[in-house]
Amino acid sequence: MYPSRFQYESPKTVAEAVALLDQGAGEAKLLAGGQSLVPMLKLRFASPAMLVDINGIEELRYHRFDSDGTLRIGALCRHEDLEKSDIIRQKQPTISAAAPLVADPIVRTRGTFVGSVCHADPQGDWAATMIALNGRIVAQGPKGRREIAMKDFVLGPFQTALEHNEIAIEAVIPAPQGVAVGGYIKLERRVGDFATASVAVALDVVGDKVVRAGIALGGVGSRTIDASDAAAALVGQPLTDATIAKAAELAAAAAEPRSDHRGSADYKRHIVATFVSRLLNQIHSSKEAA
Amino acid sequence: MSSLYEEVSTAPASDVPVRRVTININGENRTVDVEPRLLLAHLLRQGLKMTGTHTGCDTTNCGACTVLFDGRPIKSCTMLAVQADGHAVQTVEGLATASELHPIQEGFKAEHGLQCGFCTPGMMLAAKALLEENLNPTEDEVRWALSGNLCRCTGYQNIVKAVLWAAEKMRAQAGQE
Amino acid sequence: MALDEVKIGGMGASRLRVEDNRFIRGKGNYVDDIVLPGMLHMEILRSPVAHARIKSIDVSKAWEVPGVRLVLTGEMMAARNLAWMPTLSYDTQAVLATDKVRFQGQEVAAVIADDPYIARDACSKIVVEYEQLPVIVNPTQSMAPGAPLIRDDKEGQQTNKVFDWEIGDKEATDRAFEQADVVSKLELHYPRSHPSPMETEGSIADYDRATGKLTVFMTTQAPHIIRAAVALVAELPEHMIRVVSPDLGGGFGNKVPVYPGYVISILASILTERPVKWISDKSSNLISTHFARDVYLKGEMALRKDGKILGFRMHTTSDHGAFFSDAQPSKFKIGLLHSAFACYDIPNAHMVAEGFYTNKAPGGVAYRCSFRVTEGMFFQERMVQAAADDLGMDQAEFRRVNFVKDDDFPHRTPFGFLTDSGQYGKCLDVGLEAIDYKNFLKEKEEAAKRGKLLGIGISTMTEPLGAGNSREYDILGIKMFDSAELRVHMSGKAILRTGAKTQGQGHETTWAQIVAHELGIPADDIVVEEGDTDTAPFGMGTYASRSTPVAGAAVAMVSRKIRAKARKIAAHLLEVSEEDIEWELGRFYVRSNQERGVSIQECAMAAYSNVPDGMEPGLENTSYYDPPNLTWPFACYIATVEVDPETGVWDVLKFVAVDDCGVRINPMIVEGQIMGGLTEAYAAAAMQFITFDEAGNCIGSNYMDYLLPTAWETPGFELYEVVTPCPHHPIGAKGIGECATVGGPAAFVNAVLDALKGTGVRNIDMPLLPDRVYEAIKTGKDISGAPPVKVD
Repeated sequence: MYPSRFQYESPKTVAEAVALLDQGAGEAKLLAGGQSLVPMLKLRFASPAMLVDINGIEELRYHRFDSDGTLRIGALCRHEDLEKSDIIRQKQPTISAAAPLVADPIVRTRGTFVGSVCHADPQGDWAATMIALNGRIVAQGPKGRREIAMKDFVLGPFQTALEHNEIAIEAVIPAPQGVAVGGYIKLERRVGDFATASVAVALDVVGDKVVRAGIALGGVGSRTIDASDAAAALVGQPLTDATIAKAAELAAAAAEPRSDHRGSADYKRHIVATFVSRLLNQIHSSKEAA
Repeated sequence: MSSLYEEVSTAPASDVPVRRVTININGENRTVDVEPRLLLAHLLRQGLKMTGTHTGCDTTNCGACTVLFDGRPIKSCTMLAVQADGHAVQTVEGLATASELHPIQEGFKAEHGLQCGFCTPGMMLAAKALLEENLNPTEDEVRWALSGNLCRCTGYQNIVKAVLWAAEKMRAQAGQE
Repeated sequence: MALDEVKIGGMGASRLRVEDNRFIRGKGNYVDDIVLPGMLHMEILRSPVAHARIKSIDVSKAWEVPGVRLVLTGEMMAARNLAWMPTLSYDTQAVLATDKVRFQGQEVAAVIADDPYIARDACSKIVVEYEQLPVIVNPTQSMAPGAPLIRDDKEGQQTNKVFDWEIGDKEATDRAFEQADVVSKLELHYPRSHPSPMETEGSIADYDRATGKLTVFMTTQAPHIIRAAVALVAELPEHMIRVVSPDLGGGFGNKVPVYPGYVISILASILTERPVKWISDKSSNLISTHFARDVYLKGEMALRKDGKILGFRMHTTSDHGAFFSDAQPSKFKIGLLHSAFACYDIPNAHMVAEGFYTNKAPGGVAYRCSFRVTEGMFFQERMVQAAADDLGMDQAEFRRVNFVKDDDFPHRTPFGFLTDSGQYGKCLDVGLEAIDYKNFLKEKEEAAKRGKLLGIGISTMTEPLGAGNSREYDILGIKMFDSAELRVHMSGKAILRTGAKTQGQGHETTWAQIVAHELGIPADDIVVEEGDTDTAPFGMGTYASRSTPVAGAAVAMVSRKIRAKARKIAAHLLEVSEEDIEWELGRFYVRSNQERGVSIQECAMAAYSNVPDGMEPGLENTSYYDPPNLTWPFACYIATVEVDPETGVWDVLKFVAVDDCGVRINPMIVEGQIMGGLTEAYAAAAMQFITFDEAGNCIGSNYMDYLLPTAWETPGFELYEVVTPCPHHPIGAKGIGECATVGGPAAFVNAVLDALKGTGVRNIDMPLLPDRVYEAIKTGKDISGAPPVKVD
């Protein structure tokens, strides 16, 4: 309940923040929403020598669509900003569906989208949406900026491709190649619980055809799983009972769950199939209704 | 005060860095020197002797320490006191005015929305944040908004009623103005 | 004119709570809110392993941390004969480990420093060398041949068995089984859980060397018991110990026992001569303080074809962790678990109980429960459903056939309890009507068309609340009575103190209502104080739903003593003989002329200014109440649930609760108690559990793993009442605080299993997490034991 000592820095620009991380030489941690980091400090699971608090860099709190439909989410965009955003609800239903299921309402006022992705918890919610939407992370380091595709970003549990002196300043979600449809379902035992299993589905649809698909699975592997075969099975196809069943089957096959006190591996795999099927059916029937 | 957890503590060792911060607490600016690792909840409780904010868990689950930070509810055990520099914090002590209770406080009493009282300050502040956005919530909206705050005594039913009671009173007050 | 009782906040009034005035302002006064001048802070270093020999402890680096004032180890405690302390069940418990650690989270060392951050820093610098020993995490392992001996500290302890205990008539029960048409069997585990009040445990010890007096502010539900224990441990006389229990952030049984931290903080204060505060964090609270349940129950029931229960047998195997420190009446080793089946008229029964040590936190405490009745009642109601199913009989009808009938009281159970009142059939009828039992099958068919499984679960029970009477109930030899002291001031306003200790139950409000009922003094004119052993009369505290049955009765009795004296004063003031005086609420009057009277307030003034010759002045008195029997409330809980067979997720559609707790002092507060209890019942049924891996690591050591339901999951409850006054309680009240936690779980579980009828599944042990329900549906097999169902 009582963090150990650290040096605290609150830079006003990204460049300053990068310089501080560089100085920290791997012993510095970046503090954004802090909803995972501060509990770890309190339990002394993390004892960094330096904390670089970027909350003072106000210009990082944004989410906006470029004119071409690309969505950009700044490093200080809080979960609740996305949850309450009308434009997200209209244009990126997968994110809109996941936002209210992240942690609990109080945590959502403070925790950030990008921070959550960087935390790289295999049971986290946002990584699944990022993979399903083929997102990228913009990292800024001493040598400038680079973009890292989400599928390359998470290396393992709580490990990312970020260098110790790099800051993930933005998440980028490419513009849909048609109409973006999708959703997110999470099996949690209680509000605020980590996912027993979760599924994010994001489809770009033209007419009745799926032109791009992303399906990602949370809680069923040592990192968020890109069910690319399942997604690929939908591309170029309309949603039908048969294509939906095939995608569900392939998604379940892609899962790598372990049996634990949240459920057996078989159960989690079954939940993945059930949720993929439910989401796709939901998308299908709402399209029918429209 | 110094970086101290409490004023009775010895002065900090010279190599312990402290930061001077100014936080607007319940409308009043308070300037204190804090060690960076001090949690906001502890500053409020020990440093500033405002013990209405409680700490119930270590893992950011229980919400007993909920305060309003620039108007939005946060868990004050999950924020460093230094991070509140230049910001506004509202605690349970700031709910009532000198002459009257906030309708949420009245509602909690009127509907028996508390028993041991430990979660109550956090619950009331979470409720305040909800009602500031939505003065006419449904029962489900109240339950959802309070789902980051745990209560072990009441079973929540009366807490929900208390918030709806307050909403009704606040609507009536808003109508009068 | 007699007063309007409701207007003065008397019995039956849903009087708003007095204590709320401070809580809603954030002005409660919990232990952690108290700051004493010069106060130091203590943090405890706990064992990371479940069973190991301590080879060495090096505290030198901890001493070097600036701001550290004291570092304590078991060795230093032992030098003062404080390394071990007695438990409330005649066992011993380590305060700081000396020889071995026996569970994960056991206290190993303590640091006292200027602030808790520094104390925690220093704890992390203590180096302990452990030699790992084989770990035992369940009774099966405890009793296995060659199992390592956990309590090698105890002379003569050869095995890991804590106790054997037996009750009932074995032969008569065997005969009943010979006559049975059908024998129904059930075996289940009531999983380990934790009461988990929102506030953890803690203390501030303040030893004053000048006076020799020790003051301890602490989170205790039973301040006087703690004072007795501290006197024993610290070898201080009682008048030199003051235990103060300020506002408690919930208790639920977790704050009855003596915890090592209390004792360590006391020694630390004696040694530093400064006040020492210790506040446990939540993880420590969950891994080291008293858990509850963790009992394996097995039983069978002898049944006649027409539904009559001829007898039952039960066997319990309980896991007590490393130290047997249940807080319970001395003579009952497995608490009052043998009160199971008390609402049914069953002639023969036999029960065997065995308790074992394991490498787990000690307990089990009576978690919102009258000493393990929860496990008994849960088994009872699961068994009753299984028996009804085996007979092919309607579950409601089966209960009705076997209920003790309204005119059969007093009724002696086969294990010797005496139930004294109730209208069981009526309660069941009210519940069935409220849930629309008749139409449930229709709803079930409708739901099946949507692919959902509907189930209905009933739980009916009476339980013994309000220990004791002192013939049978004591803790450490101290008889379980309780007390009240009432001082009426000359203004007619009063202060009342009791030996109970509120933790959210609202004593400050309800005790005043009893006084108002007895004396006609408006409740708002009465202040209630509890929890300070220097001022409160001796009492056994609040747990086991004993406040209203025992201390509440003492409040009524002391009020009557006051009224008796006031009557004499009234006669004096009215210049008539006492026999000519009548009482109506708040006032004495002359029988022949009702207009001529004096108010209780006038009598109070006269008690200090104008007493009759020969009478002692003043209007104060104390009552110690020793109840003639326990009280026996009855409850009927019915749940309907919808199960999604694809995921195992289930939702409560409706829940009705019919409670008969006799006369209700404050209906609002009673209903609050019921709803809170039902939520804990739902938690137990749906999600709340603590388990251990093979190495003895606790799964459930924080609120991420130990799941308490939020407002979102918690179902709504519909409450109904039936009133059968308790025949022996002065105001006809019975206990209520725990009925819902005790009786509730079976309603949820029975409902889910009812939904699964036809799958062949007979039992799923709690918690009914989605994966367990799904697994049962898929395999058609029972799910036994705590999660996980499978491990990789």
